Amino acid sequence: MIQDTVTEDIIMRKPKFIAFLFTTIFICFFIFDPSQSIVGHLLEPALGDPEKSGFYGRCVTASMSAVLLVLNLLAISWIPNFRLQVITVWLQLLILFLSFFYSFDLSFEFIRSKIWFMVTQGIFTTLYVSAISIVIASFIAIIGAVAKMSSNGFAYAIASFYTSFFRGLPLLMQVYLIYLGFPQIGYVIDAVPAGIIALSLCYGAYMTEIFRAGIMSIDHGQWEGSRALGFKFGLIMRKIILPQSIPLIIPPTGNQFIAMLKDSSLVSVIGVWELMFLARTLGNKTFNHMEMLITAAMLYWMMTMVLELIQSRIERKYKKQQSR
Amino acid sequence: MSETKHHTKGPIISIRQMNKYYGDFHALTDINLEISIGERMVICGPSGSGKSTLIRCLNRLEAHQSGSVNINGVELHQRMKDIDKVRSEVGMVFQHFNLFPHMTVLENCTAGPMWVNKVPPEDAHNIAMKYLERVNIPEQADKYPAQLSGGQQQRVAIARSLCMHPKVMLFDEPTSALDPEMVSEVLDTMTDLAQSGMTMIVVTHEMGFAKKVADRVVFMDEGRIVESNEPIAFFENPQSDRTKKFLSQVLVH
Repeated sequence: MIQDTVTEDIIMRKPKFIAFLFTTIFICFFIFDPSQSIVGHLLEPALGDPEKSGFYGRCVTASMSAVLLVLNLLAISWIPNFRLQVITVWLQLLILFLSFFYSFDLSFEFIRSKIWFMVTQGIFTTLYVSAISIVIASFIAIIGAVAKMSSNGFAYAIASFYTSFFRGLPLLMQVYLIYLGFPQIGYVIDAVPAGIIALSLCYGAYMTEIFRAGIMSIDHGQWEGSRALGFKFGLIMRKIILPQSIPLIIPPTGNQFIAMLKDSSLVSVIGVWELMFLARTLGNKTFNHMEMLITAAMLYWMMTMVLELIQSRIERKYKKQQSR
Repeated sequence: MSETKHHTKGPIISIRQMNKYYGDFHALTDINLEISIGERMVICGPSGSGKSTLIRCLNRLEAHQSGSVNINGVELHQRMKDIDKVRSEVGMVFQHFNLFPHMTVLENCTAGPMWVNKVPPEDAHNIAMKYLERVNIPEQADKYPAQLSGGQQQRVAIARSLCMHPKVMLFDEPTSALDPEMVSEVLDTMTDLAQSGMTMIVVTHEMGFAKKVADRVVFMDEGRIVESNEPIAFFENPQSDRTKKFLSQVLVH
């Protein structure tokens, strides 16, 4: 997006908007009744026991919460620096979420005892299953994209049937079909290969469309220029078209990889010892379900953040190359 | 279509009764044309007259539907096996250059010789530098096309084609996409090339170039060849009314 050089008035400076904001927040808080919450407890000296303060207490706590929130928003709007503003809001949201988790009364001792195993076994499996799958999916996608653009009816039919089938079935079902279906025709297949096959085929189908769009977006003059020099199809594809479409393909492919990282949790149903599987099984014995689920959630989130960072690095590198 | 091979010495390109359709639209009608070795031909005409389509039929970037197109003894048709060989012997320069933006100028020039003619990298480098010097931009060899001006890019495109040692050069409106001040540097390069004896077919609106360089000027309108003559006769004594009208519109400035 290109920013306009003329900016509008800051919305948090408009009294009308602040009044509207306050009212909305107040109504929301009033409905959810915050008198039992932290705010209610903080106001205990003034209101007495939160449980007995009734309608009056509800009004006061709701309005106090609304005032605090609006003041906070006002304070953020006064931060002059864009980066600082972003960091502040991020920290506040993070603290909010963490305190939400904290309120579950989790056993950190239990988390500490299991986290190393979750990282070495769970994250490791999740990462390598996803990485192998995305590589295979990319190969499938190139072939699928070329087949979908070809004038050969057979190739087009196979490719379109493939994309239609694997985009049309839930991934979970594909995992089951491959893991339980292959033994029916005499091939007993291990859980990890079955998971990799399912993820590759499913994401290959989605990425076929990404690659096709990337290839189609290259100017047809590039085809003509290469053909006029006497290049054959494979050469044009490898040396001229694909290198130019890769910068266009990388952002959506990065997206797919991040999505796959999380969808790989579906292969836990066939007993692959990845993050999700461990999260479900480790907590079972001692009923520490919440601990393990939240730990796994945090680990997934952290992996995703690292990947987003890597993706933006790669994108920047290609952008630099283009503007050479 | 029959796969006859002629090995005549005279014409390097011969087109007989060629017709081309885009769906129902009759783009080219009954084209007959022969170009002999060393000849410089300029094709002109109003926009939409089929001149670009005609020149693109000569290396089969476009398909013709009837008649025959014969390049250096090889008949062009849909099921032919060696189109890449024909194309590697027919250089083509495009209106929009069509350089490969992800490769340096030098790589653009060495790609053809190395990948198609299997020339060793060192020799390809020497060939490329030779032709880059010939179009006067050896110092830009390590830059990327986007860093060059339009005129420089077009000269690289000419050098890239020459690196394949083509027997014929086709120019499809080579100066139409250029800023006015860059037209002359490209035309100078083309004039140089013409003087070296290269067989050239040039689609252009540059009538000055036609007068100075061409052996023959062909005028096209509505997909037909209307008139074909030597430049002096063509410009001073045009035969058809359409040619007269076209010339009066082009030469006013």
